[in-house]
Amino acid sequence: MGPVLAGVLQLLALIGALALAYIPLGNYMAKVYSSDKHWRIEKWVYKGIGANPDAEMTWPAYLRGVLAFSTVGVLFLYLLQRLQGILPGSLGFDSVNPAQSFNTAVSFVTNTNWQSYYGEQTMGHVVQTAGLAVQNFVSAAVGIAVAVALVRGFARSRTGELGNFWSDLVRGTIRILVPGAFIAAIVLVACGAIQNFSGIHEVGQFMGGHQQWNGGAVASQEAIKEFGTNGGGIFNANSAHPFENPGPFTNLFEIFLLLVIPFSLTRTFGVIVGSVKQGYAILATMFTIWLGFVALMMATEFAHHGAALQAAGGAMEGKETRFGVGSSSIFAVSTTLTSTGAVDSFHSSFTGLGGGIAILGMQLGEIAPGGTGSGLYGMLIMAVIAVFIAGLMVGRTPEYLGKKIGTREIKLAACYILITPALVLIFTAASMALPTPPHSMLNSGAHGFSEVLYAFSSAANNNGSAFAGLNANTDWFNTMTGLAMLLGRFLPMVFVLALAGSLAEQKPVPETAGTLRTEKPLFTGLLVGAILIITGLTYFPALALGPLAEGLAS
Amino acid sequence: MTTRKENQEDSMSTATPARAPHSDVPTGHKPAEGRVGAGLFDPKQLLKSLPDAFRKLDPRVMVKSPVMFVVLVGSVLTTIFSFKDPGDWFGWAISAWLWLTVVFANLAEAVAEGRGKAQADTLRKAKTDTVARRLSKDGKTEEQVPGTELTIGDLVVCEAGDIIPGDGDVVEGVASVDESAITGESAPVIRESGGDRSAVTGGTKVLSDRIVIKITTKPGETFIDRMINLVEGAARQKTPNEIALNILLASLTIVFLLAVATLPPFADYAGTHLTMVVLVALLVCLIPTTIGALLSAIGIAGMDRLVQRNVLAMSGRAVEAAGDVSTLLLDKTGTITLGNRQAAEFVPVSGTTEAEVADAAQLSSLADETPEGRSIVVLAKEKYGLRERHQGELAGAEWIAFTAQTRMSGVDVDGRRIRKGAAGSVIAWVQEQGGTVAEDADTLSNRISEAGGTPLLVAVEDDRGARILGVIHLKDVVKEGMRERFDELRRMGIKTVMITGDNPLTAKAIAEEAGVDDFLAEATPEDKMALIKREQAGGKLVAMTGDGTNDAPALAQADVGVAMNTGTSAAKEAGNMVDLDSNPTKLIEIVEIGKQLLITRGALTTFSIANDVAKYFAIIPALFAAVYPGLDKLNIMGLTSPDSAILSAVIFNALIIIALVPLSLKGVQYRPVSADRMLRRNLTIYGIGGLIAPFIGIKLIDLLISLIPGIG
Repeated sequence: MGPVLAGVLQLLALIGALALAYIPLGNYMAKVYSSDKHWRIEKWVYKGIGANPDAEMTWPAYLRGVLAFSTVGVLFLYLLQRLQGILPGSLGFDSVNPAQSFNTAVSFVTNTNWQSYYGEQTMGHVVQTAGLAVQNFVSAAVGIAVAVALVRGFARSRTGELGNFWSDLVRGTIRILVPGAFIAAIVLVACGAIQNFSGIHEVGQFMGGHQQWNGGAVASQEAIKEFGTNGGGIFNANSAHPFENPGPFTNLFEIFLLLVIPFSLTRTFGVIVGSVKQGYAILATMFTIWLGFVALMMATEFAHHGAALQAAGGAMEGKETRFGVGSSSIFAVSTTLTSTGAVDSFHSSFTGLGGGIAILGMQLGEIAPGGTGSGLYGMLIMAVIAVFIAGLMVGRTPEYLGKKIGTREIKLAACYILITPALVLIFTAASMALPTPPHSMLNSGAHGFSEVLYAFSSAANNNGSAFAGLNANTDWFNTMTGLAMLLGRFLPMVFVLALAGSLAEQKPVPETAGTLRTEKPLFTGLLVGAILIITGLTYFPALALGPLAEGLAS
Repeated sequence: MTTRKENQEDSMSTATPARAPHSDVPTGHKPAEGRVGAGLFDPKQLLKSLPDAFRKLDPRVMVKSPVMFVVLVGSVLTTIFSFKDPGDWFGWAISAWLWLTVVFANLAEAVAEGRGKAQADTLRKAKTDTVARRLSKDGKTEEQVPGTELTIGDLVVCEAGDIIPGDGDVVEGVASVDESAITGESAPVIRESGGDRSAVTGGTKVLSDRIVIKITTKPGETFIDRMINLVEGAARQKTPNEIALNILLASLTIVFLLAVATLPPFADYAGTHLTMVVLVALLVCLIPTTIGALLSAIGIAGMDRLVQRNVLAMSGRAVEAAGDVSTLLLDKTGTITLGNRQAAEFVPVSGTTEAEVADAAQLSSLADETPEGRSIVVLAKEKYGLRERHQGELAGAEWIAFTAQTRMSGVDVDGRRIRKGAAGSVIAWVQEQGGTVAEDADTLSNRISEAGGTPLLVAVEDDRGARILGVIHLKDVVKEGMRERFDELRRMGIKTVMITGDNPLTAKAIAEEAGVDDFLAEATPEDKMALIKREQAGGKLVAMTGDGTNDAPALAQADVGVAMNTGTSAAKEAGNMVDLDSNPTKLIEIVEIGKQLLITRGALTTFSIANDVAKYFAIIPALFAAVYPGLDKLNIMGLTSPDSAILSAVIFNALIIIALVPLSLKGVQYRPVSADRMLRRNLTIYGIGGLIAPFIGIKLIDLLISLIPGIG
């Protein structure tokens, strides 16, 4: 079996698995966020944090919950890293420096998991397990909560109420992420991932010399790292490391894990707004873009020029032989099109155009299918924009899911789409214009520029993967990527929740034959086009000077 | 309105009704197919509006359109940089075309406004300063005051030849008034005190008789003043959807501004320096200038299309709302049916024949000039071949006219006395003459009533005595093409509700025949109001027409309330549109115009954004192929040189504005089809077309530029 066929078969198996999970998981999540019963363990949590899970919140209250919880998370993680030196279970590592602590704290709370540190040389068991792993759960749960609040905004009428943040947060964690990650961790352990609290082993290498092996609760963190679209690995090599990702099956399984919630949330959306067809339309949009990117990536990476590439059966540099070109391409696209950022191969080593596909994937705004929750709300914002432009073409003022897209709604959606391009472009430009930051680039020319562009595209879109080659552990990059992550996560949430509140207050417009049918393939095509043109074109000049210049050179 | 309708139900006779409730014949402004889309555009207007376009370069005016303001700033910047490097033809060429882009945008708006100006001038002529004959409080003495000094509540007298000095209601007398100044309709109309025809408009002329008018509007705020403001665009405020679109365009402009502003450090790193001229050129090509330039013209033209159909929208909001309407309340009489009933059949009572009834009915109707009377004559002729006899042929015939007391009309000729009229009256007459009433006369009458018709009994008294001959079945006649119209509306997702004062049985029969979705029978103003509120509670937008004072609350409540110009001032105040032709069928056209306005906006926005793809393919390789030769592969159009590529993109960007001015003024062609088909069609033309067109356009312009010696 040739590597191309293997890649295609793996892709088909993955799609089949995602399809099987779609309805049960989507329906289950809809039930989780619609049920009025509390589990006993949840009641203890509510009692512990002093929250009333039945109190309906307006959008400012909901936002306050999100921001308060996340602020506490950042502060806690920051302190934990700053105090690591005096904590037990630190594997003898020192406290982390302020800039890197800030960067890492923000990174994990924003579901980005950008890592400017070497995991196995910086973070001990306590920080990894009590700090970073906890955020892997709750930051994902916050994302889903905000998405669900927006969906409720579409579903509800004549009320400003969006549900209860604390209840959404706790349920998302306890009923969805913990059980899912638990099962996934067992599968990973069964397939060879490690799960222990052992210390550092010095092992002799086959060719002489020494190597350091760390133990750790790897399988459990790997599970939530993918399932919650986080991406921050225990090891610097991330999912390319055999302890995290032992073989081809776990590789495919991890891709499945990182895609399954974002895709299935479209079902949850459909169920809650009362039309699963609307969910299918959003799913189709996400799926079309994702599949298109996978196909492009495989085509680029399999198209081999030169003797070395032909002998390897594709562009194998930076890819693990146990995964191959096909599976690595699927992983690379999936991780950059979600907000995961885990890597099983090194994006910097992809072909010039392949690297560009990964960058563009993040720049689309992580919406196909995007991060847990953030993918859905990002896509719904794009749907609002597309409806606004195209909806006019059916001769009515635009409406989506029975809600008018008026001045207020478009103002909020327009602010949303402004944020990440502004962050990516301004931070990248500043990094290129200032004298010192370019020293972090390992490569010169177009590839060096791609490294910086990649870093800020990843940070502002809360992806977290790195292009490699860029030394991001400088005060400049630690601080600036930290700011990009912070603003790129929470500013959009402000607008999403404000939009949700505005939609929830409206009275619904009944559907007639004159209504734009947003569940039809025509609308899906339109939405794909709008996303590619509006967000894609924003970055065209920058992409031309980085990956396109490199990729088209040969 | 209801009052009048009741009158009509009562009279149901062959008598001349006071007035046909609505003019059935649209007054000449309707385009041939009765469809929107036929705006006029004359290229000469472009030239004529050029001075206005330059006047609009004022930054204080330009800033209202964020997209074009950016272009203006860009033009200034490139011009300054060209002065610094005067030998560079490229900088000058780009500057010139950027200025043209701005001027073209202003030109589009100026042309749109110019079309209203002509109409405003005509209106101004009507608004010559008038002298009012004001009555003193006791009504005994008159004084001459200038029309501008009248206050609300003043009583003024107008006699034949006088210009009415201000808006008001007739409180005394009846007069014929020439309203051609505002309606363009030359036939005089009757204005009388009380009832629904009491409103008079300042600037119109009394042709006969004397009326006393109570002034209801302050000078300067009269109907004619508002009309002038409206058609000139002075009173134009941005509509909600236009504001929303402007916000989206502004945010896209900011995004592209960021993309361009961050480019210099990237380019410097790559080893090439981008000049200000090139950066501005790139920016202007990327921001949505096409729609930004035409947005305001589209809005003005939309209002103008209404004005051309003699409808005045008091707010742009109402025009947009018209596109969203999901329920249309239509008055039966005059809108769905012809204003009058027509004879449909002659039903003999036992013992007589149809032909006998037809003959008597025709004879008795010869002198009857009402539409009902004419229809009886015609039916008798067509169905029974009875030749229409002229009144002159029947020497010695004595015609009995209809009166409200007798409720009958007829003729006495050759010893026969024929009467036709309301059942009760005719039966009473037969009995009076000592005749016998056929047993089935009542049954037949009732049957016709139940079927939604109006029965007229025909009786005769001759040598065989007085007796009932039969019944004429008068039917409401549904206007031709209404069913198709309603089908179209249904496909557009609009529900039609027929409003009538008729009883439910009659209403149901007509509703079924006309194909409306629903009906409201025996409608009172309160019922109408309740219906509107019910629909609105369900999230629907409601449009209706009305003219009576008792319609005013419903007109105000409806999202689109079209008041008839013949109506009372209360109704005209309450509605957000006034139809000068007083043709209620126009409501359908108003909805279509509203939709067309929105479609035009959406189509040009889509077109504008889709255009960007090609412009990138022109400009990016031009900028960077020198440092990264691989990028020349993106030059898929094969443009001659970097300079000509950038210039071509800028020129295309400017010319497309002028090219689309006619479309933005006429509006995108509109057909009443489902949303799905409409989207597919418009997306193909303006989305896919918008992707492809600039590739062709830029290539052609580049070919032309490369012919210029010294360039390329």
